[in-house]
Amino acid sequence: MALVIFSSELQKFTGEERVEVSASTYRQLVDGILKRYPDMPPEEITEKAVSIDGMIIQDPLLDPVDENSEVHFLDRISGG
Amino acid sequence: MSEAKDYKYVGTRRVRPDGYDKVTGRANYGADLTLPGMIWGRILRSPHAHAKIKGINTSKAEAHPGVSAVVTFQDFPEKSQGSPLAQNILANEKALYHGHAIAAVAAKTVQIAEEALGLIEVDYEVLTPVMDLDTAMADGATLINENLKTVGLPEPATEASNIAARQELKIGDIDAGFAEADVILEREYSTPTVHQGYIEPHACTVRYDENGQSMVWCCTQGHFDVRASTANLLGMELGKLKVVASEIGGGFGGKTTIYLEPVALMLSKKSGNPVKIVMDRDEVFKASGPGAATKSWIKIGAKKDGTFTAMQAKMAFEAGAFPGSPVGPGTMTVFAPYDVANAKVEGFDVLVNKPKVAAYRAPGAPQAEFASEMLINELAEKLGMDMIDIRLKNAAREGTQALYGPKFREIGFIECLEQCKASEHYQNAVAEGNGRGVGAGFWFNIGGVSSAVIHMNPDGTATLLEGSPDIGGSRASMQSMAAEELGIAPERIKPIVADTEMVAHNDTTGGSRTTFATGMAVIEAAQDVVRQFKERAASTWNVTPEQVEWADGVARNTAGDGEMTCQEICASAGRTGGQITGRGNINARGAGPSFSVHIADVAVDKDTGKVDVVRYTASQDAGRAIHPSYVEGQIQGGSVQGIGWALNEEYIYSDDGLLENPGFLDYRIPLASDLPMIDPIVVEVPNPFHPYGVRGVGEANIIPPLATVATAVGNAIGRPMPDLPCSPPRVLKAIQEG
Repeated sequence: MALVIFSSELQKFTGEERVEVSASTYRQLVDGILKRYPDMPPEEITEKAVSIDGMIIQDPLLDPVDENSEVHFLDRISGG
Repeated sequence: MSEAKDYKYVGTRRVRPDGYDKVTGRANYGADLTLPGMIWGRILRSPHAHAKIKGINTSKAEAHPGVSAVVTFQDFPEKSQGSPLAQNILANEKALYHGHAIAAVAAKTVQIAEEALGLIEVDYEVLTPVMDLDTAMADGATLINENLKTVGLPEPATEASNIAARQELKIGDIDAGFAEADVILEREYSTPTVHQGYIEPHACTVRYDENGQSMVWCCTQGHFDVRASTANLLGMELGKLKVVASEIGGGFGGKTTIYLEPVALMLSKKSGNPVKIVMDRDEVFKASGPGAATKSWIKIGAKKDGTFTAMQAKMAFEAGAFPGSPVGPGTMTVFAPYDVANAKVEGFDVLVNKPKVAAYRAPGAPQAEFASEMLINELAEKLGMDMIDIRLKNAAREGTQALYGPKFREIGFIECLEQCKASEHYQNAVAEGNGRGVGAGFWFNIGGVSSAVIHMNPDGTATLLEGSPDIGGSRASMQSMAAEELGIAPERIKPIVADTEMVAHNDTTGGSRTTFATGMAVIEAAQDVVRQFKERAASTWNVTPEQVEWADGVARNTAGDGEMTCQEICASAGRTGGQITGRGNINARGAGPSFSVHIADVAVDKDTGKVDVVRYTASQDAGRAIHPSYVEGQIQGGSVQGIGWALNEEYIYSDDGLLENPGFLDYRIPLASDLPMIDPIVVEVPNPFHPYGVRGVGEANIIPPLATVATAVGNAIGRPMPDLPCSPPRVLKAIQEG
């Protein structure tokens, strides 16, 4: 089970800091999270970048998630 | 992926492929294209900082001899008129800052166009301008956008406000962290509105073609995004708009958005002629996107040994006239270099009557980390600690959880600190009467979408097409990485920044992404070529591709005798299956963050307040320096821009909200003659997610100078300098008050 750690902003919707989700891809992970927290607007996570085991992906979809992965959602960064 | 090893071409200092054209004046920039039948566009700009537009009468301008077209906001397609981008490009119901575009004219000559601008009648109702954060955030403030409500509050906002958004990050228990502290310091800081100071003004030449392919030639950091934004505003299909990126005379984030291109296309559509628009310097300052002004409150608690127990910040960023300051990355970076268990950051995105801010190198981070780094230096002094030692005591390292979420992988912050500490500069005491400062900076760096194509020519040379505008020598890096993979000399590879028809989409050059992400696309394209080389050689020798080894530009048959050079394979390619092209289309993942640590010594003229930087050392973790000279150049360039931010640069507005210093005589950027040699230290802790370990080096270097220089000035005069810039009047005032 991948460990998802929510930011203080996302905890407004989840009510908890961390949760374990069974998923082998980012898409499955998001589906699992949205099913668990049906009141959370999907864009709160789907329009964010994701860190999977420290690898930051700006625009994820099919990226693999391992059984022991640690996942964080964060704002997308643009830069100058 | 990455491992420490020596390469043949990566890491060498070769002559840049675009250098000759640039030093001989042959390179073509944004204003350099002329088309048959071309006419000139000019833009009418608001003389007021805040005004209702009650009416615009363009009839006299339209009738003026030599005028071919006039456009206003109403010429945007109706479905685009709700877009803040459209409303920034041409004002709708209100002029929101001094210089806001109101209308545009295209005419036979620039002079006729300017005459016609004078014939456009605009009926303004002048409103009170809102020019700073305190005024904008005050109860009962004049509203810039009467429909704007703050998002991100604990409860939904019910009333309009100039505060567009609030956001918060926290980790641990901030109250418990401060309760553990032996020492607590807090202070307020401010930074002014600044400009990126690129030398080349915004410019474009366009040709609208109703039945075929329209074309935009412009200086930009991202021509694919120019195409997307322009096509979206004008209701065009992407495939019917070709955008060509010219050479670029500086961008630093300021050329990641659009101002002129849709206007020029609308003028071209109306007139039937190609149209060129070139901003003058006055327009660049007034109406392009500057870096955000900020106010920050920082509080840090620490043990007597220097261990941070809690860090807290509240920061407000000016967005300009439309929402969207870089307060987000500001909140994420403010304490990112440090391992602290308890932290809380609150950020506000605030409207003022200034131009909509744009990105500026590590957007948001210099302002945020200026504040935190200043207080860390003050804390070091309070605790009697060395400025580098207190940072080493608390430095983030592999496994540290950043306030913004993830745990860091391999990073080089400690190495940057240690190499600065060991430097000859730091080992020597600061001269009597002078001041020394230290500062650190963190920036994420990003990946994203990149595409590259390599065409092998029949003589074994290669044409490398990439879609990332080269704003810092990236063509040289692409050439080196392609050469390393192909095993042929870099000089046999011609890197070209291709237009939007020649390669697939590339994200904008920004976020220090190009050498990392586009570099990975180039590597993938080169590996695709090598795969085909092996297949062609294998088919010639009647063996399998797995039995062919590729090294140093030569295929070798491991199942028997035989060698084929790159030239031989390319020369016979037509007969072995056709010409060889390699492709790399990726969404690059795993950008590696970069840290930077600087040391400055300054001398202050106590009679005038003038500051001279007398010595400057700057370290940065590059991951792997593909071209060390250009990595050093990035470190030096970022340092110089940060020094300018610290010492002199600021937008100066009148009480009426009019910009009073829109030119380089009055907006003082550092000159080479103002500065000592910036001594770069390139630290190389490879990014594990890049084949050569690249991180990206364009941004982290601009963050430390603000606190480094301001601390040095403060130490020289014996008074803290919490408000930038440390310009002569402000320094003199501090001395006199001391």
